[in-house]
This record gives sequence, structure tokens and C-alpha cells, in this order.
Amino acid sequence: MDASLKIVIVDKNPIRAAILGDGLREAGHVQVVHIDETAHLLARVYALDPDVILIDLENPSRDVLEQMFQVSRAVKRPVAMFVDQSDAASIEAAVDAGVSAYIVGGLRKDRVKNILDLCISRFNAFARLQSELDRTRSALEERKVIDRAKGILMKVKSLSEESAYALLRKTAMNENKKIVEVAQSVITAAELFK
Amino acid sequence: MTRDKLRIGFIPLADAAALIVAADGGFAAAEGLEIELVREVSWSNIRDKLNIGIFDAAHLIAPVAIASSLGLGHVKVPIVAPFCLGLNGNAITVSPGLHAAIAGAADGDIVDPMVSARALARVVASRKAKREGPLTFGMTFPFSTHNYHLRFWMAAGGVDPDEDVRLVVLPPPYMVESLANKHVDGFCVGAPWNSVAVDLGIGFILHFVSEILTRAAEKVLGVRNGWAQQNPDLLQRLVRAHRRAAAHVEDVANRDAVTAMLAAPNRIGVAPEVLRRTLDGRMKVAPDGTTRISERYLLVGRHGAARPDPAQAAWLYAQMVRWGQAPLSAELLGAAKAVFRPDLFDAALADRDSQSVGEPADGIGAFSGPAFDADDIGGHLAGWEIKRPYQG
Repeated sequence: MDASLKIVIVDKNPIRAAILGDGLREAGHVQVVHIDETAHLLARVYALDPDVILIDLENPSRDVLEQMFQVSRAVKRPVAMFVDQSDAASIEAAVDAGVSAYIVGGLRKDRVKNILDLCISRFNAFARLQSELDRTRSALEERKVIDRAKGILMKVKSLSEESAYALLRKTAMNENKKIVEVAQSVITAAELFK
Repeated sequence: MTRDKLRIGFIPLADAAALIVAADGGFAAAEGLEIELVREVSWSNIRDKLNIGIFDAAHLIAPVAIASSLGLGHVKVPIVAPFCLGLNGNAITVSPGLHAAIAGAADGDIVDPMVSARALARVVASRKAKREGPLTFGMTFPFSTHNYHLRFWMAAGGVDPDEDVRLVVLPPPYMVESLANKHVDGFCVGAPWNSVAVDLGIGFILHFVSEILTRAAEKVLGVRNGWAQQNPDLLQRLVRAHRRAAAHVEDVANRDAVTAMLAAPNRIGVAPEVLRRTLDGRMKVAPDGTTRISERYLLVGRHGAARPDPAQAAWLYAQMVRWGQAPLSAELLGAAKAVFRPDLFDAALADRDSQSVGEPADGIGAFSGPAFDADDIGGHLAGWEIKRPYQG
């Protein structure tokens, strides 16, 4: 890897930026800077004078970076994304992962290919983590709902915890619904009868 | 009935109206299409996702469709526009401070864009004399109508947009905030953002773009040329749905239902009232409630607005040449014109669209300069003093 390259990460998500930054440092890139604030973005980027800029696609300021293509007196060095037609696959993988890369003109492609690959894999890893977290969260929520419904049934019908759960499950199967849906109906009904 | 699924990207702006109403108002369904609308945050994302096929079609800012087809600034992917989502619709908004300065320097009514542009030139000169920094204006993208409209207006008054002021790209949702905290002195953007600035009391709408150019292609429905060739039937149904949706949007009787549909949180996500002002062309232009009415503020289908006009594509290409973004060549001019496809528009529906009676003969109707000649860009540009050479 190429320690001399200066890499800027523009990402409002601090966790994802940290994951990517760590990955780049582990790979030997020592000059990695994270920008999380998008005010005066272009001025900050020019001041840092990076070789590679990585930005997440949820960031509206991507359009601001596109201004770097425009030759004007403010620009120190022209920057280009993978403008080569042969890089369609790279662009596709990056867009799919939710990240875009801007590479300083004149930099050889093979010098940045592994940075982009690493970036894509870290973004994908973050997305997986995020969806696992979402799943865990919703599973926890569901358990809370089922526990409340069980409590209501135990009290109202004088059932044991086991029988209350069995009743929920049986009803769910009969009505072709999820247990959590039936549990939610029990809670709603109980509130109506209050 | 199974429907053909299309995924279409859009930016939450009022001129996505025909697309949103086609998708949500049953017009696509009537053509056997199921449109999944994907809300995006940047034109770069829209361009890339259309280019690589994640989107089948997109709400595209017209110059991006041309830049992509010519390979300017990015990968060359030929795009065709069989439907124009809107003419006009942009406005130039300035801070209260700049508004007062322009009014103070004016030798007439600043409702006249020539008066305001000349006044801006005086403000710029006086700032230079006092060694104050250049005025900064926000626009949405290097290849954007907003960039060209601002430049066209100020250059007519003698302001060089590259030397005398600073033009910066700002995502539309950040425009208002940037005006409020004085990062910019003015901006050119589409609805609803000008109204948002006026409502907050931090901006004055100086001009509707319709006062600068009578007809200015703004957004198009863009598809990859290859996709259009492979899916002629799908495309025809898509365009037909759009033509009917545009007519529905333009019918004032539907305005409440249409603005409610557009205002949905997952669509444009602003108050229906703001969208109503835009579609009615009845805009509050100053924080004190002053209203200006223009029948031409945003044209979604009337006056033949939805039929793509190659002269519009030529005008946009001419601006790219004028400001040094593209070289001048007959080949590129031809390629730019070929992006706008009235033939595909006509093929979708037999009944003729509302004809453009009384519209400008050159198809543009600019407030300043010679009539536009879509076949002689070089000759047309020779008439302009302020311009940039192409820098490759």
C-alpha cells in the first residue's frame, strides 16, 4: 500500500467513517482525514489537498465535489472520478455499496484500485452491521410486545405463562398471522376495555 | 394483471410533478406500469444510477442529460429525453442586503432584469473599489440550468460570472441556510426553495427565470438511449402516462388533489400551500408579502412545454460552450440536439399537444441579446462579449 497518498473521507456517519478510516490505516495509509461537516466543503477539501476523496452517497454535498471538475481559478488540481469507460464495474460496485470516489487527475489507477476496493468492502460491512442491528432491535421490540400480551392473558384468563404463550401461538397459526401481530391486538383490545 | 416495473429516481422539487402524478395518480397503472419512485439527494447520484442501470429513467436536470450524452465531466452515456418535465420554474433570490444594494444602484424598476443586472454591475464595481470580497451566488450543479440562468442574467448587465463574483454549487436543501448565515448573497434554484427563503424573511425573489428566458427547458424525463431502443413499447407507455399526468397537473380543477399528492413526506415533502403558489405562478416575492404573478412561472405541460424541443438542447449546449465547459463543434451540437426527442413524444399519443401559438420564434425568447440560432452557435456566441475559452 501507498502511505504517501492523502485520503479524505466525507461522511456524516461517524461510525462508518471510523470503520473505513481504521481499515485504511490498517492497510498502511497514514494520511486519512475525516470531514463530517459539509459547510465550506470545497474550501476544506482544497486546504487539505487530498489525492483521493471518498464520499457517501447519502450526502447531498456530492454535487459540491463535482464542481472540482470545472477548471476555474480556485482549483489547484483538477480531480476526476473514474471517467474511464472501462471502470463501469468499479463505479457499479461503489454505487451499490453507497460510496463514491474522486481521484486526483494523473494518479495511476492501480494506485487507487485497492483503496476503492477496501472502501467498498467496508461500506458493505457497515451496511450488514446496520441491518443486523435493526433486526436485533426489532426482535427486542417484538419480545416486549409478546411479554405484555402474555401478562394480560395470564391476568385476565388466569393462565400460566406457558399456556398464555401457547394461546397466542395457536391463535396466530389459526389466523395465519405473526405472534407479534396477535400480541399487539391483545394489547390494543385490553386498552379498549380499560 | 401483472404490471411492468420501472424504477425512477427523482429529486424532491416541484418540477417532478408530472412524474410523481404519473406514478401516484394512476396514470402509470393505466398503462400497465408500476413505478417505484426513488428519492435522491444529489444530481450526481441520479446521473450515476441512471448510467449504470439502477434506474430505468430519471427526473434529470436538462444539462446533465446533455453533458452525459457528450461525455463532459464524466462517463459518456447517451441519454434521450422523450418528455420535458417542465419549462422555467427557477428563480433568483437575493439576501435583503443585496436586494437593497441593487435597488439603490438601479436606474429604473428592478423588476426589469436588464435594470437589475446593470445595478448588480454597479454593486460589484463599488465593492471592488472598497476592496470588499466578491459576492457569492449559489447554484445547484456545474451542468445546471441554474448555473446558466444566473450567468446569462448577470453577464447581460456586464458582470463576468467567473471574474467578478463567485458561483458555488450548493445542494438545494442547503441554499436557504447558506443565505441565512451569509455564506452566499443570492442563489438560483427551483421551487420550493425560493419561497422557503422568502417565508423565513431572509430572501427576496429578484427574478423568475421566466422573466429572463420566455422558454427554458428545466427538467426532462431521461432514459439511456440503449434502454429506449430495447424497450420501445415500455417507453411509449411511460411517455403516454406522463403526458396524461401533465395535463392533469395543469388542470386547475385538480390543484388541491395534485398539491396534496406532491406534498407527501416521501415525495416533495413541503406544505401543499407552497406547491400551490408554484403551480399557480402566484409567488410571494418579499418577506412583507408582496406577490408577483406570472402565468409562465412553471410550465408543466401547457404552451407545448412537455414536448422536447431540440432548440432548447442547442441553447443549453451553447451555454456550455460560452462558459468554457465544452468545445464548439457541429458534431457535438448535433449530439446535444439529438438528446431531445420530440418524435418519441409524438409517437406516444395521437392527439397533438397544445400548440405553442404566440411563443417566441427562436424557441427561447431571451430578455437580452440577439435571437437564438440553434444552427449557428458560433455566430450566436460571437454577439456576446463576456465568455470563457474552452480549457479542455
